[in-house]
This record gives sequence, C-alpha cells and structure tokens, in this order.
Amino acid sequence: MNGLIELQLWQLAAAYMFVVVLLFIVRVKGISREKEILISSIRMTVQLVLVGYILVYLFDNVNPFSTVIVIIIMETFAIHNIYKRAKGKLSRPLKKIIATSMIFGTLTSLTYFLLIVINNSPWYDPRYFIPIAGMLIGNSMTGISLGVTRLVDGMYAERHLIESALMLGATPKKAAKQIVDSAFDSAILPTINSMVGMGIVFLPGMMTGQILSGISPISAIEYQIAIMLGILGTVALTVIVFVQLGYKTFFNEESQLNMDDSK
Amino acid sequence: MFLLKEVSYKDILTIKNLHIPKQKITCIVGESGSGKTTLLRLLNRLTSYDSGEIFYQNQLIKDIDPVELRRNVVMLPQTPAIFSGTIKDNLLIGLKFSEKTMPTDQQLGDMLKLVHLKKDLDQDAEKLSGGEKQRVALGRVILMQPEVLLLDEPSSALDEETEHTIIEALVNYSKENKKTLIMVTHSTKLASEFADEIIKIKEGQFLRKEEVSK
Repeated sequence: MNGLIELQLWQLAAAYMFVVVLLFIVRVKGISREKEILISSIRMTVQLVLVGYILVYLFDNVNPFSTVIVIIIMETFAIHNIYKRAKGKLSRPLKKIIATSMIFGTLTSLTYFLLIVINNSPWYDPRYFIPIAGMLIGNSMTGISLGVTRLVDGMYAERHLIESALMLGATPKKAAKQIVDSAFDSAILPTINSMVGMGIVFLPGMMTGQILSGISPISAIEYQIAIMLGILGTVALTVIVFVQLGYKTFFNEESQLNMDDSK
Repeated sequence: MFLLKEVSYKDILTIKNLHIPKQKITCIVGESGSGKTTLLRLLNRLTSYDSGEIFYQNQLIKDIDPVELRRNVVMLPQTPAIFSGTIKDNLLIGLKFSEKTMPTDQQLGDMLKLVHLKKDLDQDAEKLSGGEKQRVALGRVILMQPEVLLLDEPSSALDEETEHTIIEALVNYSKENKKTLIMVTHSTKLASEFADEIIKIKEGQFLRKEEVSK
C-alpha cells in the first residue's frame, strides 16, 4: 500500500480557490449567503488547525489527566450545544436530565468500547480515546437534540390530550407514552438511516480516512462496523435514559401537568 | 360525597362551605369565567387548591393518591379529547388508562345507542364532527363506570334537541346505577329540569345552592 499523499500548501490553496469560485457564483446569483459561507469556512479552518496542534501535543504527552480533561471539555460542549439548539424551551430539571443522560450514556458505552471491544492499552491512549469518544458523544448529541425537540414540542402541542388522559385516571407515564415513544423514534432514526445507507450511498468519514492513509479496506470496515454498533448503542442508551426521566419533569408530584401557559 | 371548607384557589375561586351530595344530579351554573371549570378541576385534583380542605367520602383528597382518585372521580373536559384511532379505540381508551376490564363490542354498541351516535365502531374518530366527538368522549367516561362523573358542558356542541335527549339518557343512567353526577352547564333550563341541586357561582365566589323540588 502507498502511504498518504501529503497535501502541499499550494494544494490546500487550490481547495480554497474552489470556495472562492462558489462565493463568486453565489454573489452573481444574488443568494445572500456569502457571509455564512465565508465565516463557516474560516471557522472550520481555525478550529481544525488548533485541534491539529492540540492532538499532536496530546499524542506526544500521553497521560490520563489530559485525556480526562479532553473528555470533560467534549461533554460540556455537547451538553451546552443541546441547550442552545433547544432555544430556551428547557426547564431547569430537564436540563439536568439532559446532562445526566449524556454523561451516563456516553461514558458507559465508551468504557465498554475501549476496555472490551478495542482493548487498547493504556485505556487513556488519546489516539483511540479521543476520536472514539468524539464520535460517540457527537452522535448522542444529535440524537438527544432531536429527542428534546420532539418531547418538548409534543408535550406542549398535545397538552390537552395528555391532560384529558390524566382526567381519565391515567398515570403520567401512560398519558405521555405516545410522545415519549415518538421522541425516541425521532432521536434514533438518523442513526438507523445512516446505517442503512452505509457503504451503498456513502462511505463513512472514519473509514474513508483510514483508507486514504493506506490501511486495507478490510481493516477499515472492521473498525467502521464496530464503531457504528457503538454509536447505535450509545445513542439508544442516552436517549432511553433521557426520555424515561425527561417526561417526568412535565408532571408534578400530584400527577398534574406542570407547564407554564406563558411558554 | 364532596365537602369543601374555606377553599380558595388563586383569585379565581373561593368557596366557604359547600356540600355536594352522593348519588344526586348536581348542576353548576354561572357566567363564563366565573370558576365553574376550576371547581371541577379541584374535585378531580387536576388543580390543587391553595388553602382550605376538600373531602371526598370523608377523606381529605390530598391524602388520596391522585391517580386513584381520578379513577373514581372521572372528569370530562369541555373540548372533547379525541385520540388517534377508531371510535372503538376512543371508547376503550379511558378503561385502558385506568386499567379496568374491557367490555364486549355488544356493550360498546349499546353505549353508542345511549349517546345517540349512529356510527360504526371501526370508523376513524378524527373525522367525526364536533358534536359527535363530544358524544364519543361522553360514552368513554360512562363506560368507565366511576363513582362520580364530572362533566364540563357535556352538550355544548349539540343542538338543543339532541342535547335534551342525551342529558336525559345520562341522568337516567346515573339514577339507575346510583352514580353521582356533577355537571357544569350554561343552560338554566337544563339545570332546572334535571338537577336535584344547583350550585351558583359568580365571579369566583360560590353564591348559593338551591335544591330543586320536583
């Protein structure tokens, strides 16, 4: 196998030229999105350059503390991002539950994955730990975000039905069951769809990266299969914990709906 | 059946002393916004009062498990709740929610007759008209056979004639089965015709209770 072709600066510059051409087209066509395209390209560049140097540093200085700090930063960022995407619709108790389910779900899966499936040594080796943690946390973040939206919107949109169910002597669990189920579905669906299309519609990023760097496609798919199962498991686990605890925040201890009319 | 003492809820409803009798038909009348629905919600514990005491069969309702209470004191909201599915699904859902035994299709058919709904059980409930939905929702709570039925304007979407027939059937059912019926209505005519007692509420204050002599 040949090693990876190292990109020269001029080759990168050519990639930017591509975006400049795109910007030109967008401007001529009067689609007023130049700013967004420009900002996101610059942001992406800066973030990746930074992360590149940080990873080089971490790989050269392997120790458990820096790995633990990295995962704390990742979790914090992911949880904060879920809050931000929900646009202020979240109550305090619900926020706590989002954080709990993210941390519990992703750390449980990560532990299983690193210790049993991959069995790398030492466990904190950033070369394995960081990319895998990133994929598990990132996908759970997307999943919970979708689940949160469906749960909160559903509880508000269908509060009349939920309250009517309570009037008929339903427990909060039964009254909210439909919404809880559909929140779970909408959270897990993107993961399932991507598994279905995988290998036919697209080659996943991790596998593409490994193949580009000269690893045999067979080894690459082994990793990809393992990581996809890990992602599916993690998303399912975090979302189950989230919906099972999350719906309870909409009820009080007297089994009444506990929502502000103002929202 | 119910006894309310010095009950107040925000500035929406205040009741000094009120007794609602067992196995009778009680109508609650008053202008819209006067607190009639709030009174029903307090009895069903969907709303908790701020101060005072409410007793259900001599037991403080705060000491009763709310879900358990609601299975004996079932409330029908003014806007009927229709769940996705057929008429049959909608009739059965109350029994499912409250974990009671399921009736036969024959019994469900009889219930449709009682509420004067000439429809098939397997029809889609969401396609019914407002008045038909209201009758499905009414049939649903009667099927649950609770001790107390709290009905919030159960006939608001019905024409006058159907309204009269349905309320009459409902009142007869309650008397035959020794159930307590508490009903909010805007129609003083209905109240004076069918009620044993009438509770009058004005601007969040319980005014008086009248016994209707027949």
